[in-house]
Amino acid sequence: MSTTATPVAGRRLRPANLLKPTTRERAADWARRAPLLPALIFVIITTQIPFVVTIVVSFMDWNALKPTETGFAGLQNYVEVLSNSDFRQAIFVTIILTVSVVLACLLLGLGLALLLNQKFFGRGLARTLLIAPFLVVPVAAALVWKHAILNPTFGLINGVLTWFGQLVGNPNPPQLDLLSTHPLLAVIMSLVWQWTPFMMLILLAGLQSRPGDVIEAAQMDGATGWQVFQHITLPHLRQYLELGGLLGAIYIVQNFDAVFTLTSGGLGTANLPYAVYQTFYFANEYGTASAAGVIVVIGSIVVATFALRSVFTLFKKEAAR
Amino acid sequence: MSATAIAKPQAQARPNRRRKTRLDPTRNNTAAGVAAWLLALFFALPVLWMVLTAFHSEPDAATNPPSVFAPLTLESFNQFFGASSGVNPWPPLINSAMASVFSTVLVLVLAIPAAYALAIKPVKKWTDVLFFFLSTKMMPVVAAVLPLFIFAKSSGMLDNIWFLILMYTSMNLPIAVWMMRSFLAEVPVEMLEAAQLDGANLVMVLRKVVAPVAMPGIAATSLICFIFSWNELLLARVLTGVRAGTSPVFLTGFVTSQGLFLAQVCAAAVVISLPVLIAGFAAQDKLVQGLSLGAVK
Repeated sequence: MSTTATPVAGRRLRPANLLKPTTRERAADWARRAPLLPALIFVIITTQIPFVVTIVVSFMDWNALKPTETGFAGLQNYVEVLSNSDFRQAIFVTIILTVSVVLACLLLGLGLALLLNQKFFGRGLARTLLIAPFLVVPVAAALVWKHAILNPTFGLINGVLTWFGQLVGNPNPPQLDLLSTHPLLAVIMSLVWQWTPFMMLILLAGLQSRPGDVIEAAQMDGATGWQVFQHITLPHLRQYLELGGLLGAIYIVQNFDAVFTLTSGGLGTANLPYAVYQTFYFANEYGTASAAGVIVVIGSIVVATFALRSVFTLFKKEAAR
Repeated sequence: MSATAIAKPQAQARPNRRRKTRLDPTRNNTAAGVAAWLLALFFALPVLWMVLTAFHSEPDAATNPPSVFAPLTLESFNQFFGASSGVNPWPPLINSAMASVFSTVLVLVLAIPAAYALAIKPVKKWTDVLFFFLSTKMMPVVAAVLPLFIFAKSSGMLDNIWFLILMYTSMNLPIAVWMMRSFLAEVPVEMLEAAQLDGANLVMVLRKVVAPVAMPGIAATSLICFIFSWNELLLARVLTGVRAGTSPVFLTGFVTSQGLFLAQVCAAAVVISLPVLIAGFAAQDKLVQGLSLGAVK
């Protein structure tokens, strides 16, 4: 602790001929850095090195089952990924899945957050119930959706349809089989269900940090609820919407559990993470899988550029305190 | 980020229409309450259905229309814990607990000093370091999983829970550094300096000034790291097998090895989700802090 002030003061008072940092200052700098280094080195070793290896492998012809044919492949793997219809479909599915899930979750989450921000009987319990979907282990949630809810013979959806049918005197009500007829929609539904609480929680926290005095003043001045929402709530929520949307996008782009469990990537629901998994785990095509992995990263960087910008805005405001 | 950090919106309502009625913030809003409750029940329905089905017998679980009021039984739970099937769920549950707990401890051990060096006595270019940490989260696991798999296979670390623990540490460390930094940034610097002037030693300063601010942050960080490790599937699926397989991996293999037993699937889902459900319900406010990387407090 006592070293905090010393180097700064020393630097300021130092004559010009002593501009080179002294041993003592250098030691102080390292003492400052020391607590950071274990974490930094650990992260570099466990994330950057594997990624560099992935890039190298993506330029190689490498199938684990044909060890003699390993060699340099140039851009061949990338050409294969981008020209292979399965991979192109996976890129398309990843985009559709991410955009639709994030948008739906944001809209639903905003609606729920606005409702939960009101005062009503049993609000705490309602909030707890709403968080529940997010707290079910994703694989477990996907299994429950697949077998207990979407199952065409005894899933809950068809069960309720039958039950309604009987109520209105129709012994053969329509039955759905979303997993076969609209598999991607089934995946989207289960993900929207699971991620809406996430958005709701972030937006609710945003709503509750609204400046109360400004709203009160606006109401005193006769602003309608819609005016308050449009001119105070929305501008204030903007950064929370961005934060939620972009964090959500990062998680959904990488989603593996739902696709793996609900459809096993079949029926045109394989997204890029699933396609990469399948290519190296089952097909043993290490080169192609790596090229696809690099493409996922490039896609994520595009998303991340926006994410970083948004997080940076929040961050700058905090730093400026 | 605390409320003070967020800029006040510029928009002000124009005083064009004066109305006498003012929204009373303490009044119950019945319409919103009814809507919120209906939606809450709708969202919770799959979870409630999962729990209810887990307590039904197999024949009662597989009916159309659903037998909501069928008698409750612990049969499926007994079966899940190996009463008749002979499949023992304890090894994967223990593996999951080990992977989550040990990786969370490791994350804290690495993240707290790092956050200290980024918030309280910041190193030069600390913002760059912080954004480097975040950028590693932008890299999907699929982009690194193949080299990890090859490395684990060639070094004999495949199906070793400790290798998975290291990977989970790496997965959660950037999040933890961000969260802990945003908490430690709230440590009052003047108090730190005053304590030093008064001759307090480092341990004393950490205990009296840093810890009160850091403890809620440590709780939130632990909760999030625990949940993310407990839930993780892709790495566990690729890096573990029969010995070190975690609960999510066990769950994916459960249906194929057991055939389709609806009540048992639900019982398994309930048991495996229980730690996360309990931890998450118990610490709802911590959940928000964690999910927003400490940006919302």
